[in-house]
Amino acid sequence: MILKTKLYNKTYEFSSVKDVLAKASEQKSGDILAGVAAESKLERVAAKVVLSELTVKDLYENPSVPYEKDAVTRLIQDDIDAAAYEKLKGTSLGELREWLLSGQTTGEMMLAAGKGLTSEAISGVSKLMGNLDLIYAGSKMKITATCNTTIGEDGVLACRLQPNHPIDDKDGIIASALEGLSYGAGDAVLGVNPAIDTIDSTLSVWEVLENLKNKYQIPTQTCVLSHVTTQMEALKRGGRADLCFQSIAGSEKALAAFGVTLPMLSEANALFHEQGSAKGPNVMYFETGQASELSSSAHFNTDQVTMECRCYGLARHFRPFLVNTVVGFMGPEYIYDSKQLTRAALEDVFNGHLHGLPMGCDVCYTNHMPMDQNDNEALAMLLVNAGCHFMMGVPQGDDIMLMYQSTGFHDLAALREISKKHPIKEFEQWLSKWGFWENGKLGRNAGDFTVLLQ
Amino acid sequence: MKDITESSIQKTGCEEGILEPGLMWKAKQSTTARIGIGHTGARYKTNSMLRFLADQAQASDSVFTEVEDAVIKKMNILEIHTKCRNKEDMIVRPDWGRIVEEDQQKLLLDNCKINPDVQIYFGDGLCSPAIGANIPDLFQVISKGLAFEGKVVGTPFFVRYCRVNTARTIGPLLGAKVTCVLIGERPGLSTAESMSAYIAYRPHPKMQESEYTVVSNISRYGIPPVEAAAHIVDLILEILEKKQSGIRVDL
Repeated sequence: MILKTKLYNKTYEFSSVKDVLAKASEQKSGDILAGVAAESKLERVAAKVVLSELTVKDLYENPSVPYEKDAVTRLIQDDIDAAAYEKLKGTSLGELREWLLSGQTTGEMMLAAGKGLTSEAISGVSKLMGNLDLIYAGSKMKITATCNTTIGEDGVLACRLQPNHPIDDKDGIIASALEGLSYGAGDAVLGVNPAIDTIDSTLSVWEVLENLKNKYQIPTQTCVLSHVTTQMEALKRGGRADLCFQSIAGSEKALAAFGVTLPMLSEANALFHEQGSAKGPNVMYFETGQASELSSSAHFNTDQVTMECRCYGLARHFRPFLVNTVVGFMGPEYIYDSKQLTRAALEDVFNGHLHGLPMGCDVCYTNHMPMDQNDNEALAMLLVNAGCHFMMGVPQGDDIMLMYQSTGFHDLAALREISKKHPIKEFEQWLSKWGFWENGKLGRNAGDFTVLLQ
Repeated sequence: MKDITESSIQKTGCEEGILEPGLMWKAKQSTTARIGIGHTGARYKTNSMLRFLADQAQASDSVFTEVEDAVIKKMNILEIHTKCRNKEDMIVRPDWGRIVEEDQQKLLLDNCKINPDVQIYFGDGLCSPAIGANIPDLFQVISKGLAFEGKVVGTPFFVRYCRVNTARTIGPLLGAKVTCVLIGERPGLSTAESMSAYIAYRPHPKMQESEYTVVSNISRYGIPPVEAAAHIVDLILEILEKKQSGIRVDL
């Protein structure tokens, strides 16, 4: 394993595989904050050169957190498909990049290979890919998952309807949900972030969403994004919901900062299989976002793309229905501006896909980032081309509970019209029955939820 | 003269093509979300687009506003600051925003009650207008509520360029059983004055983030300060009794 190279006659030497991975990363404010970033553009390129000659085996044998010390590492390593790994272990990351991009390599072949790659290897190869590489290779992979409906079919761009309310007011949640439905949002999930994380509140919002789904016979799934333990207790008390949500992170220590353990996730998965209202088999909904590990000092001097990848390595163990990278929520200390956000979103969606996950992206920004809605819209357009499974639908992109801006109901409709993509089939038929979406665009009743109240 | 931000979001809508406008206006009463705004093709009407731009510009601007000295003087409390030198540091150096250096620690030790049951202090966080808008009502009701229950409340003070994790230093420094940080939240479009309460039982440098009990969305647009204060008093009393905070407190 060679950890040094020369560029323009200057020698660049790296201390470890982890150091190479970090310094090969495209610039992010979070990696600078963590003190792991390259100090110059040339040093970054030198790291990429070294990385391109490391093999899949080198990455496998050098996890970011040691196997003995971390349950997430153990889960990822133990889940590796031995046959797929054997085939790939001698391949360098530079060769792997070319193979992923090759016209001879199908999406199916990529997904089979992905099962033999650790999260560090997937992170590594993404650092050798430009933005268009990520879109080009990523768009080949077809990944489906089934809860009540199936996400990820060809030509589909799904949408999570996110009708949040600052005090979880039932009528307020219903109002935003109905508005969203009238613009075609909600086929991925009707999912509320509760303002109050209690069992009673979870039960009450579940009831609102289940009633909506049942009253109008909407072919979709429901979820309240409270803490996993809150949802388990609510389910035990007789509540009804389809998907079990949890935010996850890429190390055992970072999970602990979320109050989460792997056995807890296994228990939740089993409980929702048995007692949840979904058909399944995919009943988990995970959210991630680069640098959540750093924010809890649980990144082990690893760059944020690699820690994010480890979230996907964790996620794939539980065969989730949805994984959503909330890419712009962490703030400018981790992802500074539009350029870094665009890069992070493309990395996350590609890396999630290569892990075999149905990957969505909350294309979003906070008001302390030097960004605006124009930047958000441009990124959303890129992600449609990258095969992103779903994005958020928020009233005019303004989330009045989480205090950030995401994609609006109108944006999802426009993205679908421009790209000629559709909502999930059964949902599209439901929309068409109400005149909300007809012939591949907004229909005669679009934007008028009062037709649902007649 | 015209001001497009004068009318509240709930009173701003578009009836065009709506079968039952009365039902739309009724639904808008239940939320400040931007619903009932109409559309042209799959895009926004000009009015709703312009209103969004104005509100986002205001939120973005409010991040970099300082809490005015007059606000702190009026409250007649001590002010200290973190390692950050300005708002720019505050944005990109969250690690500095949790560091209270020795000279500032000394100010606290010289001016504050030691070993109170509950230490409450205020931080600007990412939204300076939140301090002036919420603290007067919020603090008064919390401290009275706790005093009524016989709890000793520490000396309040203001931390400029403050992050939540100053509690890891300040809690042990003053020897409080419970520390409660009232801090400005990232501003949203509907309000540039929202704050959160982060409450921890005996916070310390190695604590987990999950050990904070959090009440968010405190503002006249979300959970009103007086109502939030009553909730916070109940939480603090429960935390004091159970000797633990965070998601492990079963509410």
